[in-house]
Amino acid sequence: MAAFRSFRDLDWAMFIISMALCALGVLQIYSATNGTRWQGAWWRQIVYIASGLLMAYVIAQFDYHSIMSRIYLIYAASIVLLITTALIGNTVFNSTRWIKVGGLTFQTSEFVKIVLVLLMARYMTDLKTPTVEWPDLLRLAGLAGLPFLLVIKQPDLGTALTYLPIVIAGVLVAGLRWKYLLSIGLFALVCLPIGYHFLKPYQKDRLASFMDPARDPKGAGFQVIQSKIAVGNGGVWGRGVTKGSQTHLGFLPVSHTDFIFSSFAEEHGFLGVVVALVLYFLLIMQVVQNAQSAPDRAGVFICMGVGALLLFHVLVNVGMVVGRMPVTGIPLPLMSSGGSNTWSVFLMLGLVNSVRLRRFISH
Amino acid sequence: MPPIESHQQEREHSSEQYLRDDTKTASTKIAIFQYLAVAVFIFLISGFWKLQVQNPDIYSEAAARNRVKSTPILAPRGKILDRDGRVIVDNKASYSLILNRDQVKWEHLPAIADALHLDYNDLTAKLRRKGDQPQIIIKDELSRDDIAFIESHRDSATFPEMDLINSSRRLYPQDGFAAHLIGYVGEISESELDEPAYADYRQGDIIGKEGVERQYNDQLKGVDGQRRVLVDSLGHERALVDPDDQLAAKPGQDLQLALDLDLQSVAELAMEGKRGAVVAMDPRNGELLAMVSRPTFDPNKFTGRISRADWQEISGDPFKPLLNRAIQAELAPGSTFKPIVAIAGLETGTIDENTHFHCPGGATFYGHYFACHLKTGHGDVNLHLGLEKSCDVYFYNVGNKTGIDNIAKYAEIAGYGGKTGIDLPNERESTMPSTHWKMRNYRQKWFAGETISVAIGQGAVTVSPLELASAIGGLAIGGNWYRPHTLKGAKPELVREGHFNPDNVAKVVSGMSAVVNEGGTGYGARIPGIMVGGKTGSAQLASNTLLKGTAAGREMKDNAWFVGFAPVEAPEIVVAALFENGVHGPFAAPIVRDVLKAYFDKKARRDGAPPAAASAPVQPAMFFRLPSFPAPVQPEEHLAAYPAFAIMSLGTSSDSRIPGGHL
Repeated sequence: MAAFRSFRDLDWAMFIISMALCALGVLQIYSATNGTRWQGAWWRQIVYIASGLLMAYVIAQFDYHSIMSRIYLIYAASIVLLITTALIGNTVFNSTRWIKVGGLTFQTSEFVKIVLVLLMARYMTDLKTPTVEWPDLLRLAGLAGLPFLLVIKQPDLGTALTYLPIVIAGVLVAGLRWKYLLSIGLFALVCLPIGYHFLKPYQKDRLASFMDPARDPKGAGFQVIQSKIAVGNGGVWGRGVTKGSQTHLGFLPVSHTDFIFSSFAEEHGFLGVVVALVLYFLLIMQVVQNAQSAPDRAGVFICMGVGALLLFHVLVNVGMVVGRMPVTGIPLPLMSSGGSNTWSVFLMLGLVNSVRLRRFISH
Repeated sequence: MPPIESHQQEREHSSEQYLRDDTKTASTKIAIFQYLAVAVFIFLISGFWKLQVQNPDIYSEAAARNRVKSTPILAPRGKILDRDGRVIVDNKASYSLILNRDQVKWEHLPAIADALHLDYNDLTAKLRRKGDQPQIIIKDELSRDDIAFIESHRDSATFPEMDLINSSRRLYPQDGFAAHLIGYVGEISESELDEPAYADYRQGDIIGKEGVERQYNDQLKGVDGQRRVLVDSLGHERALVDPDDQLAAKPGQDLQLALDLDLQSVAELAMEGKRGAVVAMDPRNGELLAMVSRPTFDPNKFTGRISRADWQEISGDPFKPLLNRAIQAELAPGSTFKPIVAIAGLETGTIDENTHFHCPGGATFYGHYFACHLKTGHGDVNLHLGLEKSCDVYFYNVGNKTGIDNIAKYAEIAGYGGKTGIDLPNERESTMPSTHWKMRNYRQKWFAGETISVAIGQGAVTVSPLELASAIGGLAIGGNWYRPHTLKGAKPELVREGHFNPDNVAKVVSGMSAVVNEGGTGYGARIPGIMVGGKTGSAQLASNTLLKGTAAGREMKDNAWFVGFAPVEAPEIVVAALFENGVHGPFAAPIVRDVLKAYFDKKARRDGAPPAAASAPVQPAMFFRLPSFPAPVQPEEHLAAYPAFAIMSLGTSSDSRIPGGHL
């Protein structure tokens, strides 16, 4: 056993990349919150990162198969947790996402992501057919749809949407017939306008502002416009740490959490952006590389689920910052300030390492 | 990749095992995912490229607009000083309300208008007017209540568009002291904004509307600055932007008038309760020393925004207090025109000092009987006596012999038939009839009979007090006319020269001296120790003639004129007084005497000599509460020595008002 648990076999490239991103994040949190009431957030973030690293190391020691074998139980527990959140959770900004344990508040929906990644891996490895069939799709839709609806109910559309890439990645990697793909696509097209009908007014506003930010520059379009101004204001070289006027004069909304990349872009410019995005790309490629070297399909699904989730997070969050995606309140992995997301990302990277440590195993 | 290779060898297991452990089929999909990731990152980076590299200027400007708020720093208007540097018009610090255009919410406006007692329609009209300025001044001279309202409501949640700025309120002397000369300021009107002359002005700017405030608006106004502050998204000020980026206000220049406050207060006092005007000027250079017009108005009511009631009261007054009678009342000069006729007669050689005519109390010319003001007649009258007694019959004859065109020629040299060209807005032209004038204006021939009326300053001839002072002053100094002007130290401008025979001028001046000093009609202007020359005049308005048959016409009395200068041998000052409905010229003479006496008393004080013995006590000028002039430490002492002067030449401290009420 000791052979594959070697400390040396951990993904050190991934470690260095993720630490670099965390460092940029901490620096940006420090800068963005400097002189505000969130001033201590950078220090708390370091604590989250350190504890997240520990969690990642611990979970990497577990055999992912053993977690997967109990995944339906864990899934049931997480559904109960989401329901508990809805019942006794803390309500902040009209949204009930957090649950208080001791002195810490957890965003339960963040941890459901990991459960879904493992659930997907388990379901796909249990497949008896080379492709995903209709009954499978329906079951998967039910399994993912339950937490999805619970999270939407909070309401937290952004986090709920992050469950989709996990399922989609799983289904596509497992193999889907073309006609299934086509019919699902058509079904989605039909559903979109109906789904729009069920959106909250502020969500409709956000969507409309995404299409045309100038529509209501003081209202829903405000965040997008201010974010674009902040990014553009950074120019090629950036304004310098703590020098971004958009960030420091409060024009940028939540500049240390969801819009951290906007303030990062303002202070570090295009060069900083390229460095950070290349780091994200390398991180995702590193996860993908672990998928390629995975010893079995379960490992592939885990790595691809994590990779797809990270890519989705970066696409939606960073895309929102430059006005290429609608405003959804999802954090930027490893950079945004916040414990739950940091931990869930580290737990997922730990799972990827768990796969990596077992790549030379043969059954 | 070695792990995959190794798994490929395990294909031979059961189908379930095959599915479980086959990672080969996934590798194509993993590759697709990699391409997808590359596409996503290119998509994202291109977004940043567009914003940060292609056109960052748009966004850095937007960021600057976001964070930098500029508010105007209003340049204080220059003070207006008298010839001795004493302040006539000062500024008082006050606050103005501005609205930030880009933050204005229309639904807020009714509440704001209501709380600040503004007209809602005016307010919206102001905001709707096209313009590039980001802020608009909505109300000046805010009261305590206004400021309290603004301070408590300009937070980001209530009315963030409101902002307070420092401004200054114009502080004029009270009770209309020198109001017509100084004028007043007011907010630029909508119609003025459309005029090319005001192209550089913007809405809410304060401009001079009348008097020297208007004439010298450009010097007085200064250049507004800009205060640029860093604001956060809630509009709270964080810090000043770079000091280099601040635009300091350039205060307006002070304006020193030739006006002498001592003379002005005496003249104001002398006119108290009367209607008319007084003008004092230095004929040697044209400096305007005093200018009073009555009735007057309080210019303090005009600064900023005049209340409707005040405006209606002032504009609806039948005596037209806004009219500056000193330059705008064109009235028949009456007998004050006689010196002009005299010089015309002498210079044309029509008469000499010995030419005499008999006055039986009237005479007939061209079939019409023209009466003299003295029904019993003056007997044999020569030039000297004719001027002294203001004998009409003498001047009927002189005028008749000299002819209208000769009279007009010399009158025009003296300034009749035009404006003096003083540096004040809206001066009116005097009228000097002539054959040419009548043909041009009425397409009629001149009737010789008309000359008889003109010879005693009636008929079509008109003059304003300033024009009269200028005409007689220029004649008295030998026939040189300087353009009257309001500023001290302005270069004297000789506009007309008579090239008169000095003997002729001396004869006329001697006659005018007799008017005052030898028992003539101007005895009221006599000042012991000072040789005063002058001429009375009693004249009817042209319209009065038409009204004679009516009851109103009978009630209208003649206007009294007096124009005096001193000392006769070398005149330094000429004063013209118009006392509307004062009936007889002699009644206007004491007004002129008071001003002349104040002038020479002040001169004597300056030279260290005792003031001329008072022939009649001059009332202390306690009637004008001049806010800019602090009271003397011990007013009584000064008042005893020379009241009016004492009031005006004061210390600097204390803002206590000059004791006493006003009429």
